[in-house]
Amino acid sequence: MTIETTRRSLLAGSGALALGFSITGGSQAQQPAAPALPGDLKQHPKVSSWLRIEGDGRVRLLIGKVELGQGILTAVAQLCADELDIDIKRLDITSGDTQLVPDEGVTAGSFSMPNCGSAVRQVSAEARQILVSLAAAKLGADAASLTVADGTVKAPNGASVTYWALVAGRELEVESTGKAPIRPREARRYAGKHVPRLDIPAKVMGDQIFIQDLRPQGMVHGRVLRPPAYGAKLVKLEAAEVEKMPGVVKIVRNGDFVGVIAEQEVQALNAHARLQSIAQWDVPKTGETQDTVYDWMLKQPEKLIVIKDQPNKTVPADAQTIEAAYKRPYHMHASIGPSTAIGLLDAQGVTHVDTHSQSVFETGQAIAEMLGVDKAKVHCRHVQGSGCYGHNGADDVAADAALLAQAVPGKPVRIQWSRNDEHKWEPYGSAMLIKTKARVDAKGDILDWTLDLWSTSHGTRPGGKAGNLLAARMLEKPFALPTPINGGPPNYAADRNAIALYEFPGQTVSTHFLTNFAARASSTRGLGAYANVFSIESFMDELAARAKADPVEYRLRYLKDERARAVLQKTADMLGWAKYEKAPGRGRGIGFARYKGLATYCAVAIEVEVNRASGVVRVLRAVSAADAGEVVAPDGVKNQIEGGIVQSLSWTLKEAVRFDASGVKSSDWVSYPILTFSEVPPITVELIDKPGLPFLGAGEASQGPTGAALANAIADAVGARLRDVPFTPVRVKAALA
Amino acid sequence: MPVLKVNGRTHDVQAAEDTPLLYVLRNDLAVNSPKYGCGLAQCGACTVLVDGQPVRSCVTAASAVAGRDITTLEGLSAGGKPSKLQQAFIDEQAMQCGYCVSGIIMRAQALLDQNPKPTDREVRLALDGNLCRCGAQNRMVRAVLRAAQEG
Repeated sequence: MTIETTRRSLLAGSGALALGFSITGGSQAQQPAAPALPGDLKQHPKVSSWLRIEGDGRVRLLIGKVELGQGILTAVAQLCADELDIDIKRLDITSGDTQLVPDEGVTAGSFSMPNCGSAVRQVSAEARQILVSLAAAKLGADAASLTVADGTVKAPNGASVTYWALVAGRELEVESTGKAPIRPREARRYAGKHVPRLDIPAKVMGDQIFIQDLRPQGMVHGRVLRPPAYGAKLVKLEAAEVEKMPGVVKIVRNGDFVGVIAEQEVQALNAHARLQSIAQWDVPKTGETQDTVYDWMLKQPEKLIVIKDQPNKTVPADAQTIEAAYKRPYHMHASIGPSTAIGLLDAQGVTHVDTHSQSVFETGQAIAEMLGVDKAKVHCRHVQGSGCYGHNGADDVAADAALLAQAVPGKPVRIQWSRNDEHKWEPYGSAMLIKTKARVDAKGDILDWTLDLWSTSHGTRPGGKAGNLLAARMLEKPFALPTPINGGPPNYAADRNAIALYEFPGQTVSTHFLTNFAARASSTRGLGAYANVFSIESFMDELAARAKADPVEYRLRYLKDERARAVLQKTADMLGWAKYEKAPGRGRGIGFARYKGLATYCAVAIEVEVNRASGVVRVLRAVSAADAGEVVAPDGVKNQIEGGIVQSLSWTLKEAVRFDASGVKSSDWVSYPILTFSEVPPITVELIDKPGLPFLGAGEASQGPTGAALANAIADAVGARLRDVPFTPVRVKAALA
Repeated sequence: MPVLKVNGRTHDVQAAEDTPLLYVLRNDLAVNSPKYGCGLAQCGACTVLVDGQPVRSCVTAASAVAGRDITTLEGLSAGGKPSKLQQAFIDEQAMQCGYCVSGIIMRAQALLDQNPKPTDREVRLALDGNLCRCGAQNRMVRAVLRAAQEG
């Protein structure tokens, strides 16, 4: 299977020889304190953890972050090629293989450029410094006199040596110092410039690049039975007849976990369909629905966390009080390609799992716990899948494949979930209820601001614990779902972006965190940020309207951060805010946030047309300005901002998971529609580049501002304030009535 | 046993008559590009051309298209060189994850074959039954229009 080939070929040339590099005079002890290493280089300072100079003129970059369609592989390649001064075509990248790469945790939270990108840039600079100093010794020249071009180091006398000749196949067993200088901007060929994504040609040519396309020798196909509803128990299954169906290799049963393995995929599907039809389940009689969940939230035991506690204690008694409540339903990740994994138990007792998980290390550890083996006995390798936008079914299908693989040692078992499985069993973005309250003076200026939010967990990723895997909870000796915790500052989770960036005279923000679940939930792009920003930015517009103020001007009263002001103003200008002429049924709205309060600044402005008779909202155009710090891949950042706008328009206009005690009702694209080509508006994105400033993750910056801009535009168009997502025609008409 | 003509080559296929074309292409013939997305003809990820017409291969029995000309994404390129439409998707960087892209290119190819100079609106309507979750729709429309321009 490909896993093994890749591993062998990569390790073959690396030998055990460590080079005794000494590039600085004197010992470390005499040096001034070393600068802090950037990003994930702190945890993995050794150069060889990240880079290998191969003997054949190629360079291998090893990273723990993985490609999700966000273009991370290309962006880090740009940084690496610039700092090493090699042509980008010389790079091979290994990412997300637990036996080969540095553990960089989860590829999520818009952390890839800040943590991986900055580490790759520095470690590549470190490697270059080492290589140049080795070349200096070899060429008998002063290091400062040498020049490098595409890996060839040249002395003033014309003598030269290549990186590959210097270290061919040996490891750069040296710790990063943090002192290697980053090359000046004008010397860079790639970072900050448009470099076409490295993975796109394979994807338009139909090459084997997706996990779904792997066909290792001897592969068999598995499918797993999922219950009709949360908490259902298997009461009866007479599987003997299914064992006799064509191609069936084995039925695997362990408690309520049932899977089938067959020679051919269609045989597995047929056997699975038969199992599904004869299995009898005991389904719990009670449960919430998409409509009752908000009342349910208010009645749950809660953990109250006051994350901002600076009330204005001098508000006059006669100040007006304005209140509003906003609702976000459960939203799906809704990947187009259902989750897939391939598991293989080898003769040494190691389970290899090909997976498109965002958390290969922690998922591997959770699978090990589920299997009752040491974590070294589970090897996960990332292979690209369909876009996930957070914690979708990827980890669960990896667990399914690992479990079935135990039943047929030596045979790779491929499982792809069905559309129905993915829609009904992925962990959704949690429903949320947000209540806002402002005390305002006679002019409508804000004296005090209060926000309370109710939410279930946004974090039930595997995290090394078997209980977070669907399959593990179904076993005869089941693993219990760990009690969820809410991620705290500075990134937060349910309360991500719940603290407004505005400098109000007083601000109090409280998280009512619920450890119970009404529906399965976990990390979905932006976590709580989408709903919190939607609420804050909707409420700002409501307050601006009461103050008879322009929404942009009103925000600027409280927004002191210059970068935030610049993004807001630029976005307004891009829409033609100041000179906007309102036509009947049309309106414009704006929304702003700095993602997590520490990542990309992003504002979105939208123009809509609302059909009063039908309640249909048509988005005419969207514009956005973003400040993501120093931009490495300009088109990549624009793609993220633009894609985020489209996804958020879809969430906000159309999407809500429907469910009741008998199960999830949103089981396909008809019962859970998403935005289509004809509904996507023209979108313009402009970046405010900040060379020399830290990379700010951009993948989750535009969703919150988009939701609010849409609500604000509808209010501007027809005077109806929509506070419950999604803004379906029925709701729009109700708001107009 | 159906005889399938895929990208100009004829294959004797050992699959049950009612096997969906998608599984025959992917599993029997090791064709990567048509993707399983829903199995319900709702998303378009599995789109291929049959005698030039876009077909959802997940709900089309292989036996029903025996002997007819089946074209997949792999059949658009020649000698490892992308077609104009494929190249336009590269030039416009028209995707994020790319899982839906094969079906979208095939649907767009059918449109261009029938209407070589479509408008933006016509491209969107033609692609309306193909879902993209990453939000790269505008880039894809630009790619189709670019290919039409250059075609």
